[in-house]
Amino acid sequence: MRKVRVVVAQIAPRLGEVQANLEHHLEVIEQAREAKADVLVFPELSLTGYELRDQVADCAPDCGPAVRRLAEASTDLDLVVGYVDESPAHKFYNAAAYLSGGEIRHVHHKVYLPTYGMFDEGRYFARGDVLRTFDTSYAPAGMLVCEDVWHPTSAWLMAQQGASILFVPSSGPTRGARPGEVTSVEVWHELLSVTAQFQTAWVVYCNRVGGEDGLIFGGGSIVIDPFGRTVAEIEPLAEGLLVADLDGEVLRRARTAYPLLRDADVEMIYRELGRVRRTRFDLPGEDPEPST
Amino acid sequence: MTRYPIHKGEHNPTPGLKVDPEWSVRMLTDFIAREVRRTGHHKVVLGLSGGLDSALSAFLGAKALGPESVHAVLMPYRSSSADSLADAQKVVDALGIHAETVEISSMVDGFVGVTSGEIDRNRLGNVMSRCRMTVLFDRSAAHRALVLGTSNKTELLLGYGTLNGDLASAINPLGDLYKAQVRQLSAHLGVPRSILDKPPSADLWPDQSDEKELGFSYDEVDRLLALLIDARISRASALERGFSPEMIDRVTKLVLRSQFKRRLPVIAKMSTRSINWDFRYPRDWKS
Repeated sequence: MRKVRVVVAQIAPRLGEVQANLEHHLEVIEQAREAKADVLVFPELSLTGYELRDQVADCAPDCGPAVRRLAEASTDLDLVVGYVDESPAHKFYNAAAYLSGGEIRHVHHKVYLPTYGMFDEGRYFARGDVLRTFDTSYAPAGMLVCEDVWHPTSAWLMAQQGASILFVPSSGPTRGARPGEVTSVEVWHELLSVTAQFQTAWVVYCNRVGGEDGLIFGGGSIVIDPFGRTVAEIEPLAEGLLVADLDGEVLRRARTAYPLLRDADVEMIYRELGRVRRTRFDLPGEDPEPST
Repeated sequence: MTRYPIHKGEHNPTPGLKVDPEWSVRMLTDFIAREVRRTGHHKVVLGLSGGLDSALSAFLGAKALGPESVHAVLMPYRSSSADSLADAQKVVDALGIHAETVEISSMVDGFVGVTSGEIDRNRLGNVMSRCRMTVLFDRSAAHRALVLGTSNKTELLLGYGTLNGDLASAINPLGDLYKAQVRQLSAHLGVPRSILDKPPSADLWPDQSDEKELGFSYDEVDRLLALLIDARISRASALERGFSPEMIDRVTKLVLRSQFKRRLPVIAKMSTRSINWDFRYPRDWKS
């Protein structure tokens, strides 16, 4: 892995205003250039805002051109942006795109759409069905959108495919403030730290701020090293840019000290998962016997 | 054999009612500023009763938008306590916000005059509450200001408010704060002592008291609601925690019976795209 400077944009996108958000993205890109960013990360649904409901379909047609416009701006720095991706079959995905060298390098469709409590994403979005990594000029990477990272297998699959950096764009709302903390920010930090530690990978978390319909987004964007230690973080609730340098040397040390990747037993997991699957869905097949 | 010490764990399903005052105030003032500006407004108007809830809304509004952008309306009825008016005035003085007094006795009496038969004190209380709402929404139009709500979560859950009266507002910073939390934030922001210390009252008739009417203290009911609603504990767990079956049943019934006050009117579905069923846009739609 090459050394890379990441800038995280903890911003408050405007709900349903793709054009205004696009212009704001372009302004932030200018600032990130001044900070000599190699990669600039925007939050989940950064071009559209989060609590869209029926605006999902309304916004989608403007998202394509906006992402292409941002791709054009990605000649001297890479971008992670969030938007609504409409498929040719008119399925709407909660998507994150990795833009680089003037092109759309990779698109991730959010796999886990929270549909409980205050969340209703499963009603409005189609569920992504693959978890794939991609190459960048500095390291293989993966993108996991918000809830995706709450399922530990997501990060694990990314790491097993070689990802050294996990980008996690989010629109994570708070649940008020308990003494000493903005609720949910600390929970996120713990979860991300464990994710980085378990996968011995860099984690770059970009959570939005601002509010929509009374939802208040917490921010608390953070960069965590492959040991699970905080490299840089930004205070909750406020807009701002976070800058962090990710060093391949740290990744090497973490993976040398904790060879978890080396020791992951993919064959065993595959067999046991096959057994779980056969049991759960009542499928035919032989269960392997444990060796004696 | 060695006797090992036993460490007994105790599970607490709710983190309690304590809030972080600084972060909470920040979140609520940001919320007010954002929602007001999003609709192209700069100001709020609110009814100031002399009680704790409206005092906190006024403090939050002034902190969010500046005192010059908060217009308070004091709306006493003939029987309103003089202390209430004095306490409301303390809030006005402490914040330096705009204030006017609109005596609602003639509005209320005018209504009673055209109403046949006896009107009991509950109905009269509702009429007062709706007269105040009428004044506030009129001032809202006159000053191009949004009506800032003052109903807290305890009242909303128990239905202890008048539909289209004091429950009506454009934005409500207090709606997810229990009374105990309103108290914490009020103390933090420096709401005058006399307001913090007096027993909560709707002041719709002399010596009215929320806690007497409800039959339990806010402290008790806040704790119970936080367990039943926020932590989703069962009736059995609530009993184990020492709440009386009578209180649990009464609170549960109040919450159930007042559901209509927390929703818009029911619309009969008569088309393919009905408001709120399949026409679903956020309140902050393109704003």
